[in-house]
Amino acid sequence: MSTFQIILVFLWSSIVGCGSVLDEWQTHRPLIACSVMGLILGDPIKGVVLGGTLELIALGWMNVGAAQSPDSALASTISTILVIVGHQSITKGIAIALPVAAAGQVLTVLARTFTVVFQHASDKEVEKANFGAIEWLHFSALIVQAFRVSIPTTLVAVFVSPVMVQNALNSLPEVVTGGLAVAGGFIVTVGYAMILNMMYVKYLMPFFYLGFVLSGYLKLSLLAFGAVGLILALIYVQLDPQFSKDKIQSSSVATTSEADLSEDELDD
Amino acid sequence: MEENKKIKNQLTKKDIFQTFIFSNFQQASFNYERIHALAFCVDMIPTIKRVYKKKEDQIAALKRHNTFFNVTPAFCGPVIGLTSALEQAKSQGEDIDVSTINSLKVGLMGPLCGVGDPVMWGTLRPILAALGATLALQGSWLGPLIFFLVFNIIRLGIKWYGLKLGLSEGMSLVQELSGNFLKKLTEGATVLGLFIMGVLVNKWTTIKVPLVVSKTTFNGKTTITTIQNILDQLCPGLLSLGLTLLMMYLLKKRVSPILLIFILFGVGILGYAFGILK
Repeated sequence: MSTFQIILVFLWSSIVGCGSVLDEWQTHRPLIACSVMGLILGDPIKGVVLGGTLELIALGWMNVGAAQSPDSALASTISTILVIVGHQSITKGIAIALPVAAAGQVLTVLARTFTVVFQHASDKEVEKANFGAIEWLHFSALIVQAFRVSIPTTLVAVFVSPVMVQNALNSLPEVVTGGLAVAGGFIVTVGYAMILNMMYVKYLMPFFYLGFVLSGYLKLSLLAFGAVGLILALIYVQLDPQFSKDKIQSSSVATTSEADLSEDELDD
Repeated sequence: MEENKKIKNQLTKKDIFQTFIFSNFQQASFNYERIHALAFCVDMIPTIKRVYKKKEDQIAALKRHNTFFNVTPAFCGPVIGLTSALEQAKSQGEDIDVSTINSLKVGLMGPLCGVGDPVMWGTLRPILAALGATLALQGSWLGPLIFFLVFNIIRLGIKWYGLKLGLSEGMSLVQELSGNFLKKLTEGATVLGLFIMGVLVNKWTTIKVPLVVSKTTFNGKTTITTIQNILDQLCPGLLSLGLTLLMMYLLKKRVSPILLIFILFGVGILGYAFGILK
């Protein structure tokens, strides 16, 4: 790898690191992180394919509230380097990405705990209404997140030789690599389960099963299924009685609360 | 409500645009103590600088916004806009309690997260990412490009118009949020999201069980029945559904996702070794 490439790897993985905390531009998603990394390393097609493969696995990896999911940022940057520079298959790329995602998750938690320091420093500047310093503290906290991804990634890019990676992976027995490929087919269910748990509304679950059954028997493209889903959503919202009977509902709530009250009185 | 209509917007176009730019760094100083507190404080700086001239007023305003805050980043616009409108009203002598400002902020966190998380992370991103990934698997750069452009155009639109809505509507926005619109949006997005998830569970999960159950020879033809054949006759993809439901159950029992991923790897390796899975 040339020095210029290493600088680009450092810069891009810094952007990926910022993206993983900001969650705005989605540069930390495998689809984008791996693709650009592939471009830097001179194999854009392999980068895109790895990005697509990892994206499907990471579909449900999201930070809701303050909870942390496995880290797609570090997993994407490091696995792309090992796949392209270390001449590995996409399947082996996944096998590399997952332990890295777990390690990245630990690093994220550490980084987001460390930024409490910035929060506390800001309290002092607030007392002085020092606008410039408050802004600086806010934005400079990003550096922690950028380094969280760019330092480990650049270390891998500089020190790990393709031969080392190849030897390490070739020493894996066939049962393990075959098993990993098999598991790659259904590991995605963890991601699905994360999304489903977040969106879980009991009375809407029939739509999930409808999608499942239809896709088992109909050979439609994802876009077509998307259109069907959109139409179903529009029809359902139009027909949902809770949006047309609001007044009736609120009056029934009022009567039940009165009923509760009289019951309480009886108890007394 | 009429009183609020009298409040003049003092922010210049530049102030609003700066607030919008700041709001794109909502999680820059994400920390486990107060999440987006510092970010919200920074979002308010253009407003505070514009409307409060006395230092003690500035300090008081900065202080009340350097407190716990957390909303799905794309949906922070309405709260920032509304809070800015309230601060402007306060600086113009309206009788607005500090606790009113705080409770409105906190009150909006719930409903906006309630809409923001399922719309952004449960519907928009998985669907666009799934679409992009299908193209990417064929080696096409359209995959990442479509995902990046469409997601971000929608996200920036929500952010910009959310901020403008919060600013212009001021107090009446609160009525809007408690009304039916957000409820309808959430429910519609959930229907679409759940439907697509159902499709994906079946389409993109591969579990093959080539274990032979019976081998019958009839009229010289040998029919091999595997577990897979039986399951496919019941309903294609039944194992994927079962596994997804099991994962949902385990996640609800607070098993960590990364642990589940490693367990599934173990299952894959063992299954492959014994010839149960392929």
